[in-house]
Parts: sequence; C-alpha cells; structure tokens
Amino acid sequence: MTALYEITNLSKRFTVGSRFSRQGKRVVQAVDGVSLSIQPGETLGLVGESGCGKSTLGRCLSRLYEISDGKLVFDGTDISTLSTAQMRPLRRKMQMVFQDPYASLNPRRRVFDLIAEPLRIHLSLPDAEVKSRVAGLLEQVGLLPDHAQRYPHEFSGGQRQRIGIARAIALEPKLVILDEPVSALDVSVQAQIVNLLADLQERLKLTYVFVAHDLSVVRQVSTRIAVMYLGSIVEIGDADSIFDRPSHPYTQALISAVPKPVNSEGRKRIILTGDVPSPINPPSGCRFHPRCPVAQDKCRVDRPTLTVANGRTAACHFPII
Amino acid sequence: MTKPENVSRGPWATALNRLSHDRTALVALAVFVLIVVACLSAPIYAHLAGVDPFKSTLDATITIDGVQKPVMEVPTTGLALGYTPIGPTWRLGTYFLGADNQGRDVMARLLYGGMNSILIAGAATLFTLVFATVFGLLAGFFGGVVDMVISRILDVLWAFPVYLLAISLSIVLLTQGISIGPWTIDSSSLMLPIFIIGVIYIPYVARPVRGQVMSLRQSDFVMAAIGLGAPSGRILWKDILPNVSTTLIVFIPIMMALNMLTESALSFLSIGVQPPDASWGTIIQDGQGLLYTRPAVALAPGFMIVISVLSLNVFGDGLRDALDPRSKIKLGRG
Repeated sequence: MTALYEITNLSKRFTVGSRFSRQGKRVVQAVDGVSLSIQPGETLGLVGESGCGKSTLGRCLSRLYEISDGKLVFDGTDISTLSTAQMRPLRRKMQMVFQDPYASLNPRRRVFDLIAEPLRIHLSLPDAEVKSRVAGLLEQVGLLPDHAQRYPHEFSGGQRQRIGIARAIALEPKLVILDEPVSALDVSVQAQIVNLLADLQERLKLTYVFVAHDLSVVRQVSTRIAVMYLGSIVEIGDADSIFDRPSHPYTQALISAVPKPVNSEGRKRIILTGDVPSPINPPSGCRFHPRCPVAQDKCRVDRPTLTVANGRTAACHFPII
Repeated sequence: MTKPENVSRGPWATALNRLSHDRTALVALAVFVLIVVACLSAPIYAHLAGVDPFKSTLDATITIDGVQKPVMEVPTTGLALGYTPIGPTWRLGTYFLGADNQGRDVMARLLYGGMNSILIAGAATLFTLVFATVFGLLAGFFGGVVDMVISRILDVLWAFPVYLLAISLSIVLLTQGISIGPWTIDSSSLMLPIFIIGVIYIPYVARPVRGQVMSLRQSDFVMAAIGLGAPSGRILWKDILPNVSTTLIVFIPIMMALNMLTESALSFLSIGVQPPDASWGTIIQDGQGLLYTRPAVALAPGFMIVISVLSLNVFGDGLRDALDPRSKIKLGRG
C-alpha cells in the first residue's frame, strides 16, 4: 500500500524578535525533523501538550505555513516548495477543519455561501447544482436545509463546527486535517462531532490527521497515534499499543495523566517535574532528558532518533518496552 | 410581536436595527439631511427670490413695507466712508440675511456656498475612502515589499501637518491648474479642492484599514479560505473587505465633518473655492470686513459649519456604536 502523504524530515522555524531587540533575532524550532507516512483511510492522531508544535505541524501539512526544511509528497506530488498559487488545485484533495468554530467562519457571510465557497472556487457548477449540493452537505453533517440562509452567529459552537466540516468535505477530499476540532466544544457536543467525523470517514473514505491534546478523544478516533514533544515525534504506533503499553517515558507519563474511573486497575500517575523547555533554546541530547525519570548520561549528549525495537517505534535510548 | 422562525438577521440588519433605536443619532442625521436639502434647493431659492448670488449689485434697491431702500447704504454717522450693505430683513426672498460687501443676497450665497461645501466634503470623502481602501487592503494583505512601498508613501504624506500640506498644494495647483494628458483642470474648478482635501487625509484612513487587514489576514477564516484554495482577489473581496467595511462606513461621517472644516479653512484663506463661486469659508471671509456693522454675514456660514459638523459627528458616533460596538476608531495620530 502506498502512502497518501509522505513527510520526510519536516522542520518549521519561526523567527521572533528583531535585530534591534535586546536578545536580537531568535529562532523558534516549532517542528523539528518530523518524518511520517500517512496511509489512505487511517486516522492519525497527533498528541502532545500545549506548545509542542502539533498545530504547527498540522498547518505545515496543509501548507498554510511555508515549511523551513524537509519534503512533503502528497498523493504522488512533491508539494514542499509549491507556491500558494500552485497549491490551489491540490486543495481539492486536502482540506482543513479549524479549532475555533467561532473564528473560522466569516461572520459576514451566510452559511450557504460559506459551504458553497469551495464548490465555487474549484468547480464551475450551475446555481441549481450548487444549491442542491449545499443542501446535501447540510444534511450529511446533521443540519437543516433552512440553516443555509442564516449567519454563523446564530449557531452554537457544535453547529458551527458542523458547518466547518461541511465546508471541508464539500469537495470530497482525500485528506482532512482536523486541528483540534472538538477541544473548543462541550463534552456532550464533542461526542456528537466525533461520531459525525467517524460516519463521514466511513462514507467518503476519508483519511484524517487528527490533532488534539485530549487523549481520550484521540484514543477513540485514531487508528495510529504520534506523540509529539518539543517539535519532534517521540513515539508512534497503533492506538491500542500506545495506550496500553507505552514505550517512551514521555508517552507513559502522558497516558498516566488520563483520568480514569476510581476503581479501575490502578496505574500510578507519573508526575513530570519542571516545565516544557523553550523551543528557542532546546536542551541538548534528548529533548526530554531534563524531565525524564529514567534519563542517564547518554541522554544528555546523544539525541535519539525514532527506531523500531520490539515492534515499537520510539525515540528513546532506554525504551520501556 | 413575533419574529418568523426562519427569518435570519444578518449583521447589517442588526446594525440598522440598533441605529433605528438611537434617537440622538437619528436627530443628528435629520438635521444634516435638512441642511443638505436646503442647500441643494439653492437654485430654486435664487430663482424664486429673483436674485443672482454671483453678481455685484451695488446700486440695487428693495422695497420693504412700502419704503424703498438702497441695498448699499451710505452711512450717515462716523466717517461716512464707503458703503454699508443692508442688514438682515428677515423676509425670505429679499435679503433675508442682508447683503454682503458687493450687494449680493447673503441667504442665496449661503445656500449656494453650502452646496459647494457639502459637494467638496462628500467628493473628497469618497476620494479618500477609495484610495485609502485600496492602499490599506494591498499593504495589509500582501505585506512585504508592497506594504513597504505603500506605507512609506503614506508616511511621507502623514509627516506633513495637514494644513501646511493643503496650503502648499493649493498654492501650487491654484496658480497653474493641472493638466494631465488630455485633461486640464482649470484653477477655479471645484475638482482642485476636492483633490487636495482628498489626498491629504488618505493616510488617516489607510493606516487603520491596513492594521485591520493585517489582523484579519491572520484570522482563522482567512486561513480557512486559503486552505480552500481561494485566490487572493477572492479572499480580499469576499472575506476581508466585508469585514473592513464597517470601519469604512464609520469613517464616512467623520471624514465628511473633517473635510467640511478643512474646506472652509482653505476657502477662508482664499485657496479653496475661488470667487465669484461661494462656499461657507469664502462667505466668512467676505463677512470678516463687515464683522462690526453686519455680523450676520460671517456668523451665518459659521453657524452652518458648526451645525453640520456637529450633526455629522453625533451621527458618526451613533453609526459606530451601531455597526461596531467594540471598535475604537479615532482620528488623529494616537
């Protein structure tokens, strides 16, 4: 099976400050040498704490950000260096859903125009066809045809996210990058949206990249999970093994933080000390070593790469499994 | 009263509704509309009164209550030098506000002058807004070199004190007129003050527009539009411009008021509207010499300027509250 999206050594650096500020220009390494391959039909969960670069990675994958380094091959096309204009035709096959459903919909356009936008940009359809397609899309995401003539401010967060999803699937893309699609929503609504996404995936044979910080949601939706720390992937594997038998100490700490019912078999909560180091000045060697409970001298010097050991892929000198 | 379930109120309708409940703003708007209507009916007034507001009539006479009086009276007291124009008769049609130093009907000139003042202020506002919008959109959206070039040009304009720039431009243009290719603009044309006033205020509007566009450029919905593959022109037109438009609309009355003041000032300094044409500024200038004998000549246009500017500013405040309750649009360099 060939990969839908092959990411090799992707890096994204932001420059902050100016030459004239006290610290001068500084470089934030938001995404640092990420390699991934996304298979058609899967849902790849991207998890990590705030500021680990998962959203940046999502936006690099959709080429909303220019990438600093690396190679992106999407559906057989090298898109790493395409200009915004050259990217346009490819957008049909790759869509994005944003975290904040309040900010991602233009408040001055009606729902109909919002959902019809991708159709109008990419396909020149007669008005009647656009109309019926929009009605169909509204129905697919669980909204009423009446809603088309309303403005975004008249909807709840969950409904707005449905509008965002309808817009993203309008062109029946191959890949949908979901940037924390449910984290701005109430828990009860989260479940509805997650179910909707699962339905749509099955019906339209979609591939998802699901960026999230909520581990229980990620476990529910993902077939594979990549755990990020300070811009790099520290562990990647299928959802169950990541959750049941984490290999990287960071993954283990992260998983142990998921709240569980009181009487479930007790696993000890691993409390990490210290803060996430600054990506402006990352630690030497393994980025995780200052907080790692099992770090040794080697970790302070040598940076581990993602390697396969015992059927597990983790970037650690001393994997747990 | 019940609202039908599926009738939806867009942002514009909401704003209009809010405005329709703002009595102060509506009264201010009514006052300004009244002034505009009155000024636009200047030719009708002149026709009915049978006066020519642009022709000196030093030897005319009028009959009031059966008594015939000269329009230009020879004073009988003091040094008895020169003439004193007739004072206000308070009779519509016959020197309601008296005559000016050339025996012209001040009321008729006031209305004609108002027409010019409003026309210049309105056209200059349009000029400013169109160019400021284009510059602001391009600079804010494309950034980089485009922004650099546009912003520096605006900075140069901005660096001059407004009146100094206006006066310098006026003096240069009024002595020569402009001829660009086949078009020649005569130095007495109203196009000149419109152009001058329009140009000097472009940075004052373009700056805030650029700032707003820059922040919209980073907003999620613009990111989403890029993600959908929308071309830049479409994003500017469909996503950015509609969200900047409230700012632009709020600027209309504010700029109108500001332009009226600027126009009056320039005309008062004889570098705006050129005689025999009138504007409120030129009438004040005419009245300057008659300030002690016939104060109405200067006071009437002054009063009109104050009322117009006040009503525009009050309406502008209401409009801003209605359209953009959270915005903090202010003019000036702050």
